[in-house]
Formats: sequence, structure tokens, C-alpha cells
Amino acid sequence: MYGESLFVQAFIYLGAAVISVPIAKRLGLGSVLGYLLAGMILGPFGLNLIGEEGQDVMHFAEFGVVMMLFLIGLELQPQLLWRLRRSILGLGGLQVTLSTLLGTLGLSLFGLQWQFALAISLSLALSSTALILQTLNEKGIIKTGAGQSAFAVLLFQDIAVIPILALLPLIATLPEIISSSGHGSHTWVEGMPPLIKTAVVFLSIIVIILAARYLMRPVFRFIARARLREIFTAAALLIVIGIALIMTKVGLSPALGTFLAGVVLANSEYRHELEGNIEPFKGLLLGVFFIAVGSSLDFNLVLENPGRIFGFVGLLILAKIVVLFILGRFFRMGLDQNLIFIFALAQGGEFAFVLASFAVQNGVLPVGIGNQMVAVVAVSMALTPLLMLLNEKLILPRFGTRESEEQEADDIHGDNPVIIAGFGNFGSIVGRLLHANNVGTTVLEYDSDHVETLRKLGYKVFYGDASRTDLLAAAGAEQARFIIISVGDAEKTLEIVETVKRNFPNLSILVRAIGRSHAYELMDLGVDHVYRDTLDTSLKMGVDALKLLGYRSHHAHRASQKFRQHDEAMMAELAEMRHDTGAYISRARQAIFNLQELLKMDLEDGGEDQDFGWDPTSRREEAREYLKKQKKGDE
Amino acid sequence: METRLHRKVLILFAHPALQHSRVNRKLIAGLDRLEGITFHDLYENYPDFYIDVEREQELLSEHEVIVFHHPLYWYSIPAILKEWQDLVLEHGWAYGHEGRALQNKVLFNTITTGGPERAYAADGYNHYTLRQLLAPIEQTAWLCRMTYLPPFAVHGTHLMQPELIDEYRQQYQRILKAFTRGELEVEQAAGLERLNDILVGTQKGASDVR
Repeated sequence: MYGESLFVQAFIYLGAAVISVPIAKRLGLGSVLGYLLAGMILGPFGLNLIGEEGQDVMHFAEFGVVMMLFLIGLELQPQLLWRLRRSILGLGGLQVTLSTLLGTLGLSLFGLQWQFALAISLSLALSSTALILQTLNEKGIIKTGAGQSAFAVLLFQDIAVIPILALLPLIATLPEIISSSGHGSHTWVEGMPPLIKTAVVFLSIIVIILAARYLMRPVFRFIARARLREIFTAAALLIVIGIALIMTKVGLSPALGTFLAGVVLANSEYRHELEGNIEPFKGLLLGVFFIAVGSSLDFNLVLENPGRIFGFVGLLILAKIVVLFILGRFFRMGLDQNLIFIFALAQGGEFAFVLASFAVQNGVLPVGIGNQMVAVVAVSMALTPLLMLLNEKLILPRFGTRESEEQEADDIHGDNPVIIAGFGNFGSIVGRLLHANNVGTTVLEYDSDHVETLRKLGYKVFYGDASRTDLLAAAGAEQARFIIISVGDAEKTLEIVETVKRNFPNLSILVRAIGRSHAYELMDLGVDHVYRDTLDTSLKMGVDALKLLGYRSHHAHRASQKFRQHDEAMMAELAEMRHDTGAYISRARQAIFNLQELLKMDLEDGGEDQDFGWDPTSRREEAREYLKKQKKGDE
Repeated sequence: METRLHRKVLILFAHPALQHSRVNRKLIAGLDRLEGITFHDLYENYPDFYIDVEREQELLSEHEVIVFHHPLYWYSIPAILKEWQDLVLEHGWAYGHEGRALQNKVLFNTITTGGPERAYAADGYNHYTLRQLLAPIEQTAWLCRMTYLPPFAVHGTHLMQPELIDEYRQQYQRILKAFTRGELEVEQAAGLERLNDILVGTQKGASDVR
């Protein structure tokens, strides 16, 4: 039964991920290496649990890369992308060109005919987007100078795949192999004259950008009003898959299309919600993709001629290192960043797999060379996490200066120190105060209509449910100093507090309590900063009442401060007492109980204003005594 | 013939616990109704010490005589008056090369003390005269190019009889009115130990509790 085999497959892949990744992370190797190792162990040359279908799985899982680029696009506002233009065109362009030239020259010297040499070099010039970005993200250096440079190069490579695919058939010297597998999907633009083809391509890109800019936001708003999470997830997936489909049909890289859509949506209020929804899919698919890469490693080929394969792997990595090092110098990277940059990009990538099979099918390369190339690329990919680890542990500590790296990171990091969950009457005042004092805040709000209004007023507000871990993570809970929880729903507040405590233990919490009982519950959860939402207003009203009765305003002010102190002390005392009453009492009865106890305590220590420093009574008494004594002395 | 200079008076009153002060309650009663006098109660206006600097500077500009009216707390002014000085007397406005907003205005203190007058002397238990203790204020006035006058002092408030309080109140009002009517000779006043002594015929009007 097909369903059963699907379950078996899913079980094997998920099981492998669940076991190998935590172990790899524990050993400090990073998740990517964990997946690759799992793939090798499960593959045809290990336990043989993953067979030939590994290839198909890989093609499917490549979709993870598409999703990843969508997410990266979401992180990258158009302004930032524009700032990177020099890196993308200069750094990326030069990397591909120089690597190809060097490769072609070198391989020709080995006696290979130039067409083979060029085809191989073009394929090998490209690095692994999935591997590098996943690793850099995991290490948290994607936003550093090196990370951004690596990203720029990868972006250029993604674009370069398209002309390379167009170019390869032109240098074919062998008879074309008619492929039986229907892998090469037919595009709409096939057979069209080049001019119209180009026009169609540009038109689709423009359509995607315009749709993302003007169509998606109203659509999301409409969906968000339904308040059904799964529909939002479905919509997010729909967008990514739809764009991928269009791009494939016009013969462009789907990753490029979703990336563009991501960039356009980067400024929208739904950014974090989209991130939260796509992220798990991306993670899983990428994991499967890496397992498939691991399993596709042809150990027979390697074992037949280990010297040859490893020799080529060495040469490939060396050539890449040389080119990248020169580029890094030329673009004035610091040594640390240059080193990270080099070791991140020094491998072949998944595009090489695609290009290799494409080249073999089109008679550009003989089958033997194609297979060897795949093996070399797979080995180099497996080595990349190790090389990066080597750089991090051995080379950087010896030659690098960590500080300059840190500074660079600060520069590009635009993450806000404060997250505000709930931007209603309460949260908006906190937010405005922080805003007025130039404190950056990331605001999460669940009312989509409200979000829209605030956006129009120029506030950076994002739509979403702040009790969700993924949304909090997307809002930067990992880096933020603290979170302000000011939603008007007591239950929701408790939920958010629990989520934050569980998943972001380093994030401090400032929370609005709706009434006294709620405050106790929050204190029970171990929140230090609890703010009863009506306390200050009530006290202020009390102060004005005292003033209207003829109290001097400074006196009334101090009286309220004294009262607040008294009340807060009582609060702590009552919080203890609550637990002694034993069984659970309903919130309403709890409130009555609280008030009773409070009133009793007020009678004992009323919290009235008594400032003895300003009270001359005792001094007056003393003066009187003194006077009496003197009079006695005079007599 | 002397030229009469009508001066508007600004009283900056600072008492954090007026409910405890018999004397000051009497002294300030009705001041806000006198012509040419602005009575400004600092603790009442700024219960949380958030002083409106711009408003205070405007008030200063509108008056020629500034009075710090307060009880003597630990040989000095109450906290809010210090806060007021720190914030309102800005460099470039009140003092410094460009700061001439207070130039030629008159400044003096109206002070109540619990202890008797003779305690404020080298051989008394407070060791310094009131004028000596007020040196920081006098110097402030000097730096702001103001004319500093000796304090109007009300000593021995702890055990003061109501009739005596009334007498002090009348003296205080006569002095304030003398400023607004241009009848007070500033140069003569500057040399005195207490501003109380300027009143002709009441040189020793109120006797201290001994």
C-alpha cells in the first residue's frame, strides 16, 4: 500500500532526524552535519533503509530551500537589499566568474577538453545555499558582515543558475540522452522566441512583486479576521507554492521568486506571523533534504578510487578558498570575517547535482564524470560543517580578533530590545513612552483592524498571537532585553507568561495584571514585575478626592505614595496567605477574601501620611520643658 | 527728591507640611490678595517635584523682588526650593556671560525658625548667625547679578503666642507693601542683619522668647 510505504518513509526520516540532530548538536557539530550523517548511515551504503527514492525525496525536499529563501526575503527589507547591491553584483559576480575561469584553466591543464572543463567549473562554482544559510543561521552570524557577504554571493549564484542552464546545451559535444524519467518539467516559455521569453519572465517577476505589495496585505487582513490559525498557515504555504510554480513555469529559479515576494512582504505587519507559519515546514524539509544528500553519497565510487575523489575534493576546496580569500581582501573584509566567509562558501552545492544531471542528459558531460562530480560535491558538502568548526575552534582563536566581529554584528542587527504584546489602551501608552524616548519596540497585536490603523499612523506593529513560541521567536525574543505583556485578557496573559518562561528563560517579563487575583496568579508564576492595571488611576483619583477635601496637594501625593507602599506590602503578605487557605477558591470569592483581609490590615496600619521629620510636636515639647527648667533656675 | 520704584513681588513659598505650622499659615494668609504680590506655593504646585522650568522663568521675569519664604530646615532651605534653584536658574539665563535675566532684581529670604534668635550667634547653640548660614543664597544672588537683602526672620516659633504671630504678620505685609509702593530703600536695607529692622519705629517690634 502506498500509504503504508509513505508512513514507513516518514518514520525513518523523522526518526533519523530526532535521533541524530540532538546528538550532533550536543557534540557541537551543528544540525546540518547531524542530518548528513543520518543520511549516510541510513543510505544504500549504510543500513540501506533509504533506497533509490532518495533522489526523488531530494527533489521534493529542495522545496525547503525555496521556503528558506522566502524567509530570508522576509528578514531583508528592500532598503537592506539595496544596500547589498554592491556585494551581490560585485562579490557574487566575481566569485562565479573567477571560480569558473580558474576551474576551466586548471582542468584543461589536466588534459580535459575545454567544454567538459567549463561545464564542470560552472557547476562547481556554485555553493550550497541550504547548507550555508542553515549553518550561519544556527551559529547566529547570518547578520554579520561575513554572513551578509556569503548571502550576497549565494543570491547571485541562485540567479546565475538560469543563464548557466541556458548556456550548457550550447557546448554539448556528445549525443543527447533521452531521459525516461519525466523529471524535466515543461515550461510555458519553451519554444518561444527569446525576446518574448524574456518579456514573459520579466512580466511574471513584476506581477509577483505587485501582488505581494498590493494584493497580499488585504487578503491577509481578510484571512486574519477569520481568526483560524490553520487557514493562515494554508495561505502562507499557498503563496510560497504558488510563486514557486509560476517561476518554474517561466523557467526561473523558484527560490528567486519566493525570495522577491519575501522582500516585498518584509515591511508588512504579517511578516512575523508568516515567518512563524513557514519556519517549521522549512526546517523539516531542509532536514529531509540534508538526509537525502547524505544518503546519495556514492560510497562505492569513493571507495573505488578514494585518492581521485578526495584529491578532487581537496582541489575544489582549495580553489574556492583561494578565490574567496582574494575577493575578501579586495572587498576589504576583516580577517575574521574573511575566514568565516571563505570556509562557509568553500564547497559545491545542490545546484551541482541539478546541473550534473542536466549536463549529462544534454550530452555536455559523459556519465562517468557526472557521477564523480556528484560524489565530489557531496563529500565537500559533508566536509563544510567540519571545516567551519575547524575555523571556529582552531583558526579564528589563533589569528582572528573577535571584537571587530562583534561590532559589525551590532551595526547590522536591527532587532529591538523591547517586545510589546498587546497594543491596546494599556500597551499603547507604554509603547508611546518608549517610542518618545527612542527605544525601539516590536509590537505584537492580535486585532487585525487595530494593526492596520496603527500601521497607517506609522507604528511598527505586527499581527499575531503572542502566546505562540514561533511568533515570539520571529519577533526577536531570543535577542530582546524584555517583553511587556499588556493584553487585556487575563487567561491569555498567563499563557504568554508561561510560553516565555518556558522557551525564553533569559527574557525578563513586565506584565499587566487585570485585577488583584490575576496579579497573585502572575506572582505565583514567578513574574517579578507585575503592574495592576487600575492601581495608579485609582490612587490618582484618591489624591484628587483628598485635594478637593482641602488637603494640600503635596500631602495628598505623599499620602498616596505611602498608601501604595502599604498596599504592596499587604499584597506580598496576602500572596502567602492565599496558599494557606488550602483548597482552590474561585476568582470572585478570592477577590472578596482579599478585600476583607486588606480592610482588616488597613485598620492595623492604615498607611496614612506620617512624616515625623516635618512634625515639630516633639521639638515643641522639648522647648517647653527647657523653658520650665530655666524659669525654675531664675527663681 | 527720590524716584519711587514700584516693584512687583514674587513669593516662592516652600513648606512641605503646612498642617504642622501655626506661624506660616498665619504669615501667608491673605498674601495672594495683595496688589503687586504674586504668591506661589511650590509644594502645592509641584507635589511630585516635577517643576515647570519655563513657567518659573516667566514668573521671575515678571517680578522685580523675589522672596524665598520657608522654614529653616537643617540650616537650609526645604528640598523643593533647592530643586527649584537647580532647575530654574539655568546657565545662560540666570547666570553666566549671557545670563542676565535676573540682573538688578532683589532677592531675600523670609524664614521661620523654631529656635530663638540668640541661638543664631557665635555663642549660641547654632554657632552661626542666620545671615551667615544663608551664605549660599547670598552668593547665588551675587552670581545672578541680583541685589541680596538680609532675611525677614521669625524666630522662636515653637512657643510663639498668637498676638506675636499677628504682629509678625503685619510687619511682613508692611515690608512687602513697601516694595510694591517703591517706599523701601534697598541700599539701606542691604546693610542690616535682619530685614525686620528696616521698619521705622518697630526696630525691636517683636521680642524673642527667651
